[in-house]
Amino acid sequence: MTASLTLVVLMAVMYGTGIYVMLERSLTRLLIGFLLVGNATNILIFLMSGPSGSAPIVTGTAADENMVDPVPQVLMLTAIVINFGVVAFILALVYRSWWLAQLGDEGDTLTDEHAGETEASTEAAFAAVDEDDLAIQQVLDASNEHGDTDSDSGPIEDDPEAREKERR
Amino acid sequence: MTLILALFAAVSVASPLLTRWLSTRVFYVIALLPAAVFGITLAQTPTIASGGVIEEKIEWIPQLGIALTSRIDALGWLLALVVTGVGALVLVYCARYFDADEPGLGRFAGLLLAFAGTMYGLVTSDDIIVMFMYWEITSILSYLLIGHYTGRKESRGAALQALLVTTFGGLVMLVGVVMISSFAGTTSIASIVSEAPQGAGPTVAILLILVGALSKSAIVPFHFWLPAAMAAPTPVSAYLHAAAMVKAGIYLVARLAPGYADIPGWQALLVGLGVWTMIVGAWRSLRQYDLKLVLAYGTVSQLGFLMVITGFGSRDAALAAAALLLAHALYKATLFLVVGIIDHQAGTRDWRKLSGLWRSTPSLFVITAIAVASMAGIPPLLGFVAKEAVFGAFVEAAIEGDFWGWVALVGTAVGSVLTVAYSARFLWGAFGNRKKIVPTELHTDGWGIQFAPAFLALATVVLGIAVPLLDPLLALYADTVPGEGHYHLALWHGLEPALFISAAVLVLGGLLFWRRRGVARLQEKVPPLVDASRGYWAATQGVDRLSAKITIFAQRGGLSQYLSTILVVFVLALGLTATLGRTWPSGIRWFDSPAQLVVAVVMGIAAIAAALAKQRMTAVLLAGVTGFGMVGLFALHGAPDLALTQALVETITVVVFVLVLRRLPVKIAQHNKPEQRTRRLIIGVLVGLVMGTIGLIALGARQAPSIAAELPRLAYEEGHGRNIVNVMLVDIRAWDTMGELSVLVVVATGIASLLFVSGRAKALPRLSGSRNQRRADNRRNVIDDPQTTEHPESVHRQSWLLGGLKVSSENRSVLLEVLVRLLFHPAIVVSVFLLFVGHNSPGGGFAGGLLAGLALVFRYLAGGRYELGEAAPIDPGKVLGVGVLLAVGTAIGSLFFGGEILQSAYLEADVPVLGHLSIGTSSIFDVGVYLVVIGLTLDILRSLGAEVDRQQEDTDLEAGTDDDFTPAEVRP
Repeated sequence: MTASLTLVVLMAVMYGTGIYVMLERSLTRLLIGFLLVGNATNILIFLMSGPSGSAPIVTGTAADENMVDPVPQVLMLTAIVINFGVVAFILALVYRSWWLAQLGDEGDTLTDEHAGETEASTEAAFAAVDEDDLAIQQVLDASNEHGDTDSDSGPIEDDPEAREKERR
Repeated sequence: MTLILALFAAVSVASPLLTRWLSTRVFYVIALLPAAVFGITLAQTPTIASGGVIEEKIEWIPQLGIALTSRIDALGWLLALVVTGVGALVLVYCARYFDADEPGLGRFAGLLLAFAGTMYGLVTSDDIIVMFMYWEITSILSYLLIGHYTGRKESRGAALQALLVTTFGGLVMLVGVVMISSFAGTTSIASIVSEAPQGAGPTVAILLILVGALSKSAIVPFHFWLPAAMAAPTPVSAYLHAAAMVKAGIYLVARLAPGYADIPGWQALLVGLGVWTMIVGAWRSLRQYDLKLVLAYGTVSQLGFLMVITGFGSRDAALAAAALLLAHALYKATLFLVVGIIDHQAGTRDWRKLSGLWRSTPSLFVITAIAVASMAGIPPLLGFVAKEAVFGAFVEAAIEGDFWGWVALVGTAVGSVLTVAYSARFLWGAFGNRKKIVPTELHTDGWGIQFAPAFLALATVVLGIAVPLLDPLLALYADTVPGEGHYHLALWHGLEPALFISAAVLVLGGLLFWRRRGVARLQEKVPPLVDASRGYWAATQGVDRLSAKITIFAQRGGLSQYLSTILVVFVLALGLTATLGRTWPSGIRWFDSPAQLVVAVVMGIAAIAAALAKQRMTAVLLAGVTGFGMVGLFALHGAPDLALTQALVETITVVVFVLVLRRLPVKIAQHNKPEQRTRRLIIGVLVGLVMGTIGLIALGARQAPSIAAELPRLAYEEGHGRNIVNVMLVDIRAWDTMGELSVLVVVATGIASLLFVSGRAKALPRLSGSRNQRRADNRRNVIDDPQTTEHPESVHRQSWLLGGLKVSSENRSVLLEVLVRLLFHPAIVVSVFLLFVGHNSPGGGFAGGLLAGLALVFRYLAGGRYELGEAAPIDPGKVLGVGVLLAVGTAIGSLFFGGEILQSAYLEADVPVLGHLSIGTSSIFDVGVYLVVIGLTLDILRSLGAEVDRQQEDTDLEAGTDDDFTPAEVRP
C-alpha cells in the first residue's frame, strides 16, 4: 500500500504539537492539546483508507470501482462524535473544579498533588487493614493456654469479649 | 441440575426481601430448597448404586469447549448429599440461632443459601473451568459470610485473610486448570482423570491445582486462615469451615487421585503436608480456651488427616477417605452447632467460665458425647469405622515397605492420639464441673435449636451401625482408583493390627488428657517452629509497603509528570520496535492532490501556531482551524459523511469551548508561563516522529485485501442502503454504535451532573406566561422574573426572539437574532431530511442530530438561556432516554420475531421529495442515534451555557457588578 507523505507528515506535526501543548500545566491548554492529538489520531486512521477515490455510496455505475475503503470512515465517524463528547466533559470538569472550589486565578493550574507524599504518609492508609489483622491475631492469642494458669478453673482476665466491649 | 442451580440463585436473591416479611422464619422456608435437593439426590441412589452416572449438558462457550456439564457419580453423590443435607440442617438451626433484630439478616440468609447452591454446583460440575468458577464463588461467599459482623475489626481481618489466602491458591490453581485442560484437550473432569495425560507438563499442572486444593482445605502452610475464620457466626463455621467449603480441596484431590496419584511429588506433597497439618492442628487445639477454637484447630488437624488418606492413592485408602469425609462432616458440624448453642445460651465460649453444663442441659451433653466419641474413634460410631479403615489401608502399605505408608501410619497415629486428647478436652471443657465456678446459668429458649445437631448425631450412630449398607456405595468411588484392594467398611474386622492401633491411640490419648497439666507445661517449652500467620502478616505488609514505595517513586508530581512518563515509555517501546520495522509502504506519493497539500500546510501552520499562541482563546480557534482543515481533507478524499460530521462537530466544539473559557478568569490565559519548554519540545518531537514512523509501517504492514470489497454488496442487498458508511453504522456494525450511544449518554449525564449541583431534572427556565408573550401585541411587555437581573432598556426594543427580551442590550445582536429567526426552522427541517436520506446519501442520525444541535446552539447564542428554554422546553434526559430506548428497542425487537439481535427488517416505499425510501428497523435505530446526539448537545448547552450564565449572574448580583467579562470576585 502506498502512503501520502503529506498526510503522514501532517499527522506527525499534529501529534508533536498536541503533545507539546498537552504537557503544559494548564487544564485548558491540556484540552487544546487533546483536540490536536484527537485530530492527529483521526488522520492516522484516515491514512489507512489509502488513495482518494469516489465516495462510498453505491451508485451502480463505473464510479463504484474507484470507491474508497469505507471501514476507516465508519471508525472515524464514531471517533469524531466521541471526541466531541469527551472534550465537552473535560470542559465541564475544568469549569466545575474552578467554580466549586472557588479557585480564582489558580483554578486552571495543574498542581503536583502527590509531591508531598512520603512513605510515612502512606502508612495511615494501611493502618485500618493492619488493625484488623492485629485484632484477629489478638483474639487467637487470647485463647492460647498460658502454662501458669490452673486449667481447672483460674481467673480470667484476658478475655476477648471483654476487650471487644472496651474497644467499642 | 442447571434448573436446581437457577432456583438456588433466584431464592438467594429473593431472600433479603423474604426476610423482611418472615424475619428469622425465612430460614425454614429457604431450608426447603437444599432439603428438596437432598431428597432428589437420595432418590438418585439406585442409579448410582448400579454403577451409573447422572449427566446433563448445556453448551455454554462451545468455541472454548466449555459447557455447563453436570455429572453425578458416586463421589459427587456423596458430596452432594453432605452439602445439601448439612446445608438444610444449618439453615434450620439459623432460624433459632439468630434474633429477629440481627443486623444484615436478609443478606446473611441469601449468602448462606447461595453458598449451598454453589457448593452443589461445585461437586456436580464436570467441566473443570465451570468447577473453578464455583470454586472462586465459594471463596467470595466465604469472605462475605466471615465478615458478617461488619463492625468488628477481627471479623473484617479474618474475612480478608481467608479471601486472600484462598484466592491466592485459586489463582495458582487457575494456571494449572488451564494447563491441564489444554494438555488433555478437554475440559471434562471425567475425561481428564480417565485419560490422564502423561509427562512433565501435566505433572506441573496437577501440582499447581493441588496448591489451590491445599489453600482451600487449610493445609500447612495455608492453615492459619481457618482458625481466624472463626470470627464468623457459628452456623457459617459449621457449614463452610467444617462440612462444606474446606472439603472442596479434599474433594478435588479425591477427584484427581484415580488418574494422578502416581505422578511424582503427589504423595510426598499431600502425605507430608497432611501429616504435618494433622499434628500441628491437634497440638494447637490442645492449648485453646475458646471452645470454638478448640474445634477450629481440630478441624485443621482433621483436614490434614483427610488430605493424607485422600491423597494416599490406593484403593483401600480411597474407601477410607470417603468414609472419613462423611464421618467428619457429620461430627464436626454437630460440634460447631453445639458450641453455637452454648455460646448463645451461656453467653461465652470460654470453657474457664463454664461449669456443670452436663447437668443443666443433659440432652446437649449426649449429642456432644456422641459426636466427640465419633471424632475420637470410639466404636460403634462412623468415626471409628472410618479410622479403622484408614489405619487398615496404611498398615497394608507399610507392610509392603512403602516409605510414605510408614510416614502416613506413624503420623496419623500420633495425630490421632492428640485428637483423642483434644476431643476429651472439648467435652470436659464444655460440660465438666469447675470447682471455683458456680454452675453456669443457661437462657434456654426451647429445644428447637438442638434439632439440627441431634439429627446429625443420630446419623453418626445410624451410619456407624449400618455401615455395611454404605460400603458398596463408597466402594464405587474407591474402585476407580487403580490397584488391588479388598477392604470393606465394617465395625468388626477381627483382631487386626488396625484394631490394636486404635486401642493404643485411645489409651495414649486418654493418658495425655489425664496428665494435661504436664502436657501444657511441655507445650509451653516447645517454641512454635513456623508461625504461618506471622508469615502472612509479613507478606501482606511487605506487598503493601512495596506498592507504596513504587507509587511514591513513580507518581511524584502531577498530571503532566505522569503524561511525560507514559509518553517516554511509549517513545522508547514503540520507537525501538519501529526502528526494527521491516514493513515499509510499497510506494510513497507526495500528495493525493495539490489541494490536499495546501490544506495540510494550513493545518500544520495552525497546529504549530496553536502550540505557540499566548492567548488561550487564540489557541482554541487555531485548534479549530485544524479541525476545519480535516473537513477539507475528508471532502477531497471522498468522505462526504465525515466532512459533514466533522464540520458540525468542529463548530459546536469551538462554541462550547468559548462558552466555558469566557467564564474563567482572563488572567489565567495571560500568566501562562511556559515551564520546561525544552523537555516538552523533546517529548513532543519524539512522539511525532514515532507516530509518523508507525503510520508508515502500518501502511506497509497492510497486505491482506481489505474487507471493503464485500461491503457495497452487503450494504445494498442486505442493508437496503446505498450509503455504505451509514449502513455500517446502523446495521452492519450497529453493536459498535450502541456502545457509542451509551458513551454519549454517560457523557451527557456526567456533564449535567457536574454543573447542576442540586439535580439534573430541573427544567430550563422559561419565560413566565410565554404562551401569551408569543402574541405580537405583547412583545413589548416587561417580563417579571426574579431569577435574573432586569434590564429595563430592553423593554423598549422590539426583539426578534422571545428570549431576547431577557438579554441586556449591549449583549444583543440584531443581525444574529434575525438570522436565527430565519434559519432555525429550515435547519431543523434539513436535519430531519439528513436523518432520513442518510441511508442512501451523505447524512444519517449523527449528522442530522448535530445539525439540529447546532441550530439550538445558535438559538442560545442569539437569545440566551430563556430562548433555549423556549426552543427546547424538554428535559434532555428524556430525549436521551427515548433515543436509547429506540435504539435498544430495535436491537432486541428482532428477537421477538425469531431474528438475531440487531437484525433488520425492511419496508420499501416511494416517498415524494425524499425519493425511494427503504424504511427499515435500522432507520428507527438511526432515529435513536439522532435523538441521543440532540440530547447530548442540549445537555451541553444547558449545562455549559445556561447554567454557567445563571451561576455568573448569581455571582454578579452578590458582587454588585454586571459586566459579563469581569471575573467574579472570589468569595472567601
